[in-house]
Amino acid sequence: MAVETLSKTKAPSAVPATMDFNWKTAGRIGFIGGILAVLVSVIGMVETFDGRDIIGGVISMGQTVVVALIFATAFMAADRSSKTSPLFHILGGGLSGLISAVMLALFVWVSQLVNLREIFVNVSPSLIAILTFDKELPAELSAAVIQLLLTGLVLGVVAGVLRAAPIKIRNIIFSGMLWVVAIGLLGELIRTLVTGRAIEDQVAWVLGGRLEKGLSVNGAVSIFIFASLLSFISQTFGARIGKEVQTRRAALPATTQRILNGVILLVVFLVLWQLPQYLGLYLSDVANTVGLYILMGLGLNIVVGFAGLLDLGYVAFFAIGAYVMGVATSSAVGDGRGQILFSLNWTFWEALPLAILVALFAGILLGIPVLKMRGDYLAIVTLGFGEIIRIMALSDYLKPNIGGAQGIVGIQPIILAGQNLSNPISLFHVVLIACVIVGFVAWRLRDSRVGRAWKAIREDEDVAAAMGINLVSTKLLAFGAGAAFSGLAGAIFASKLTSIQPGSFSFIVSINILALIIIGGMGSIPGVLVGALALVALPELLREFAEFRLLVYGVVLVMMMLYKPEGLLPEETHKAELHEDENIPAESHA
Amino acid sequence: MLKRLRERISLTDVFMWAVGAFLLYIIIRGSIATLVLGKYSARQWFDIAVSGLAQGSIYALIALGYTLVYGVLRMINFAHSEVFMGGAFTGYFAADYLNQIGQLQSQPVLSLLIVFTVSILTSVGISVLLERIAYRPLRRAPRLVPLITAIGASFVLQYVFRGFFGSQFKSYPEVDALQGNFTLMGDFTIGKIEVLVIISAAVLMLVLYTYVQRTKTGKAMRAVSEDKDVAALMGINVDAIIVRTFMLGAAMAGAAGVLYALMFRNVQFFMGFFPGIKAFTAAVLGGIGNIPGAMLGGIFLGLFESIGPSLFLDGLGIPAPYQMKDAIAFTMLVLVLIFRPTGILGERLATKKA
Repeated sequence: MAVETLSKTKAPSAVPATMDFNWKTAGRIGFIGGILAVLVSVIGMVETFDGRDIIGGVISMGQTVVVALIFATAFMAADRSSKTSPLFHILGGGLSGLISAVMLALFVWVSQLVNLREIFVNVSPSLIAILTFDKELPAELSAAVIQLLLTGLVLGVVAGVLRAAPIKIRNIIFSGMLWVVAIGLLGELIRTLVTGRAIEDQVAWVLGGRLEKGLSVNGAVSIFIFASLLSFISQTFGARIGKEVQTRRAALPATTQRILNGVILLVVFLVLWQLPQYLGLYLSDVANTVGLYILMGLGLNIVVGFAGLLDLGYVAFFAIGAYVMGVATSSAVGDGRGQILFSLNWTFWEALPLAILVALFAGILLGIPVLKMRGDYLAIVTLGFGEIIRIMALSDYLKPNIGGAQGIVGIQPIILAGQNLSNPISLFHVVLIACVIVGFVAWRLRDSRVGRAWKAIREDEDVAAAMGINLVSTKLLAFGAGAAFSGLAGAIFASKLTSIQPGSFSFIVSINILALIIIGGMGSIPGVLVGALALVALPELLREFAEFRLLVYGVVLVMMMLYKPEGLLPEETHKAELHEDENIPAESHA
Repeated sequence: MLKRLRERISLTDVFMWAVGAFLLYIIIRGSIATLVLGKYSARQWFDIAVSGLAQGSIYALIALGYTLVYGVLRMINFAHSEVFMGGAFTGYFAADYLNQIGQLQSQPVLSLLIVFTVSILTSVGISVLLERIAYRPLRRAPRLVPLITAIGASFVLQYVFRGFFGSQFKSYPEVDALQGNFTLMGDFTIGKIEVLVIISAAVLMLVLYTYVQRTKTGKAMRAVSEDKDVAALMGINVDAIIVRTFMLGAAMAGAAGVLYALMFRNVQFFMGFFPGIKAFTAAVLGGIGNIPGAMLGGIFLGLFESIGPSLFLDGLGIPAPYQMKDAIAFTMLVLVLIFRPTGILGERLATKKA
């Protein structure tokens, strides 16, 4: 605390410009970077991620995590340690990098002295090997420590140099590095996509062959150069071209604009329609999961984003949709394992409207008790509802009707005109159409009278009521609409798997959906797509993440709330609301 | 006359009263059926009540943390359940170590004190960090923002602990001195652990209550919860008081963690979730922001939850009624918030300030 206030008051004050090197701040940030680096090592992230190489034989994803942490904190330290002198930026960065490395070295040293593994299960010899460049320990401990410190110092200095460099060059280099990491991460995916296609050899030159684990060195270099070039071009000409396009488009008559938008959307739709042919089974399945989350995200976006009612039990409606589909269509009736005593024996298409209607009705029904509650209370009560639904599904009491812990099996797949659509590729089309319909409905609702009423409630309930908005019906409509979307997702989910268990409807799903709309920006429809891609698609593709998925969600939620509460693709009014007390635009540091 | 009445009572109110009446009918019918059928003996009822009381005292201890923080910040510290989990977890390592060197069995009182100290210190540490990193920057943010941060922080803590110590259940060592029962009269017995839990919870709550009511810091806490700005004008360092409030709540949660672990003999990274939600329910039940309310609410919830399934549901012929334990607790939360949002002892907060 004391250090911080000191540095904050000191930095911009009247100390002579040549003397403004703020080594305490740099040291403190380096210390934090070191703690974070040790933390990700101890919780096992580094070792788990080590299986995936970014550049084959050069750097793995696990090492990238540590390097990125040290580098990012050193950059921050370089930025904060001085206002004026490039030399001090470099010094600050170096100091921070060195201190982070010292922390890591200390950790390695302690791990040699005591058996940390007795308590911290993930501090394994292979973790230490990763951190010490595969040196023989303990014989080469000092050499390893020196190399570690040097690496930290170099990383810090590089970060400092980058901070001291003009912003344009910095952006070019950053985008180059980012693309190398991104393509390195997704390399395996791209390789599977092109397997057996004409461009396989060219891709292999960049990404390494099918059996290799990461980019080839020349591939990494060429991606870096290409991405930097692209960034250079977009920086130099991008803004001008973008403005040009925008002004020209604005000059067009309104109908032409609308047609243009329609054509663009149609093209996107057609491209997406063709997509599963290229994706293959596994990726289509991932895409379907993403699609279901988009459906739910769009629904929760109405409740949380538009109407500002924080619902933590949203999974309940997903479960209701799935269970209605199960009870209505299951063919496994009897007294055996996972079998229920009664089923309507409907087809998917007959049961779908029922599932949506029941979910909608349940949304309204559960909405009534919470009408008068606000904020935190609403959140906890809805969480309670979600848990009640899950407990009911699990209970022996309802077992004859909905299967208890074993759930329901034998649910009808989606069959249209004699064709089974429940294989991932055909299902993709079903999910896509559902997303388009639901997205359209959500978009029209947003701009309708009801949508404006929702936003008014979100801003201020009392004022909204005073303006003549009927709080009861408006809120219930939000709950109902959100629940109906989720019910649709649940129904498709049940048919997709043809069996459901209560375990699929835990609290985590609610948090997952909440996190994705927060990432995208509450109330923003494109934000839901971005959020679903970032939080559902990425973890599915990078399976190493699975273990740390919820950790990452947590970090993302906290970081977003602290630094960018409006989300990545914010809706305008909401952004303004969250930043209303910042009269002066925030100084942009980096 | 009739028109005025129609204006005052809305359809939603009627619906809610119908739901309430229906639940009341189930409760009464179930209870009568259970009692008439005589499914449980007096001794069984006594055992159920005692375990409910012990469970309830643990809820009460955790609930104090929610209530204290809600009092000063008007926010639900969703990550409080992880503060509890963290305490129980590090307490496990202390207990395990003491067990290995034989201290735990030879000097149980001293060892348990050490275990309590370790876990309380961890909990306090976690919660101070939490306040500093996640909550303090958001003091003036819109209400949903800190709540979402708290949910995020809760996941971070859970999975950091999972990363540290693995995802398996770890079983707390048995303390020989705490095994067995005290015999009251005739058949009526009460487990030594339950006695320890109930008594230590009572002592801790008494200490906390005296601290808040009698000391200068406690007075400052009450002032801050009344009005932060005015408290600051009176020369109270609001930030420091908020940190103390967090520490106080965390200390209770840390102690609750050890008690919970002694009773259920298991710790795991996800163990905080349900006790946390229940304790929050207890805090609301008693009237959030109100310290005696949290204690009362916790004990009431514990009793209700353990007696409820056997009393209300068994009589209705519902199989495996104990599965509905959590559902009963949540139903009660909903009912309390609908019919008495102020809780048992609280002021009207749910709609006014919340």
